[in-house]
Amino acid sequence: MNATLYWRCLRAVIVREGLRFVHQRERFFAALVRPLVWLGIFAVGFRAVLGLSIIPPYETYILYEDYVTPGLVGMIQLFNGMQSSLSMVYDREMGSMKTLLVSPLPRWYLLVCKLLAGVLVSIAQVYVFFAIAWFWGVQPPELGYLAVLPALVLSGLMLGALGLLLSSFIRQLENFAGVMNFVIFPMFFASSALYPLWRIREGSPTLAWIAGINPFTQAVELIRFALYLQFNGTAFLAVTACLVLFLGAAILAYDPGRGFWVRRGGPAEQG
Amino acid sequence: MDCFETAPPEPRAIPGGAPADPILAVEGLSHSFGARVALDGVSFGVPAGRFTVLLGLNGAGKTTLFSLITRIYNTRRGSIRVFGFDMRRHPAQALARIGVVFQQPTLDPDLTVIQNLRYHGGLHGLASADIEARAGEELARIGLAERADERVRTLSGGQRRRVEIARALLHRPSLLLLDEPTVGLDIELRRQVLDHVHDLCRERGLAVLWATHLIDEARDGDGVVVLHGGRVLASGLVEELRAAAGVATLGDAFARLTEKKVRQ
Repeated sequence: MNATLYWRCLRAVIVREGLRFVHQRERFFAALVRPLVWLGIFAVGFRAVLGLSIIPPYETYILYEDYVTPGLVGMIQLFNGMQSSLSMVYDREMGSMKTLLVSPLPRWYLLVCKLLAGVLVSIAQVYVFFAIAWFWGVQPPELGYLAVLPALVLSGLMLGALGLLLSSFIRQLENFAGVMNFVIFPMFFASSALYPLWRIREGSPTLAWIAGINPFTQAVELIRFALYLQFNGTAFLAVTACLVLFLGAAILAYDPGRGFWVRRGGPAEQG
Repeated sequence: MDCFETAPPEPRAIPGGAPADPILAVEGLSHSFGARVALDGVSFGVPAGRFTVLLGLNGAGKTTLFSLITRIYNTRRGSIRVFGFDMRRHPAQALARIGVVFQQPTLDPDLTVIQNLRYHGGLHGLASADIEARAGEELARIGLAERADERVRTLSGGQRRRVEIARALLHRPSLLLLDEPTVGLDIELRRQVLDHVHDLCRERGLAVLWATHLIDEARDGDGVVVLHGGRVLASGLVEELRAAAGVATLGDAFARLTEKKVRQ
């Protein structure tokens, strides 16, 4: 009986997020155009500049487009994670988050529902991107499309949890630009999404070290290996550990007894 | 946590509950944000079938009180019981019995009316069949049944408010909370919404707590709780408050109460 209630709640949140996504067509196209621009323009130009040696999980020489595709998949999920944090802040400002929070189900579960719904939306985008990339000539092993699914779930959860955590620190929508500058860009550029770590090391060992401990690098590597039917244990552990850490902190931050509700007097306190 | 589904009001054989107990019982409730005291020893009750107006100026502490009753954040001092369930110890059971209409609009404008209601029903763990049936009933009641598949964006302000009230009733709560629900509505719409909730209160025996700063929203026979500077200055029926202050209107009674408070 109890499990039924939990399931109905999860289903309702997923349906709502899905509908919202479908209704916001601009958001759908923006989410898709962004990685395609990188793939279609940046990658083509960059191909000539960057020579790649054979590194795991690849077994042959690959084109730069092949290399960058897992990174762009990571980018889709990173933007989605931040988008969900944006929508949390928006919901809080608009009051619609209260509708969620007065549900009798435990608050941590409501947050997890939000998170899962966001991850499903991101995975749908990723597969549309895969399909277009396939026509572009990026054709990993067919089974890879299946093997990458659990990796996408895990990395999506981790990046979504990070977004959730950040949303508890952002006071207002305007501050979201700061998140772009201080979170998304550094995470994306200081990672193995665009160039392999050994390449970065040639330029700057410090940056390579930073990129190595960047959770986003781990997420991208997990996806990259899974897409080529290999399992990257280090990346798996790192992404899982980050997920536990970020989600735990986000749940604490949204706890009714502590965190920002109490600090700031709740959403839109008016007296 | 056991099942909190919307069982019909069972005999209240619940910790501390006697049949005459109010649906909402607030006792010795205090809350502060840092040094600012928002609520100071607030106590009052809302019985079944009573339309109770929580009357206070802006900044009186109404929204803080609502946030505590809906557990947006936790009660620190004092207690809130809903249907005998303590909000701190049995939040799930207490919340399952509350329907809320917030001051800000909380419907999703891009979704249809019925999609909004389904979302809410799901959050409360209702079965799909129940949601459809009850949503149909509630929408018919407010004359919006044929607009169920239209986006909320296309509805007028008054219609949206009524949909929010319908949504709050979907899980059959015993207590309906409304935080300044007539903000932004014109006089005629205000009257309609007010009539509508009075009817619900009478017909279904709902306990209603209606927060407002508009004195004329309280009618004879309604309960009133006057909140000022985080304290309850008076509570009782509208006519009782008038008689106690020895004045002709509730407005005068309110002015006298808050004036005295200022002089102290």
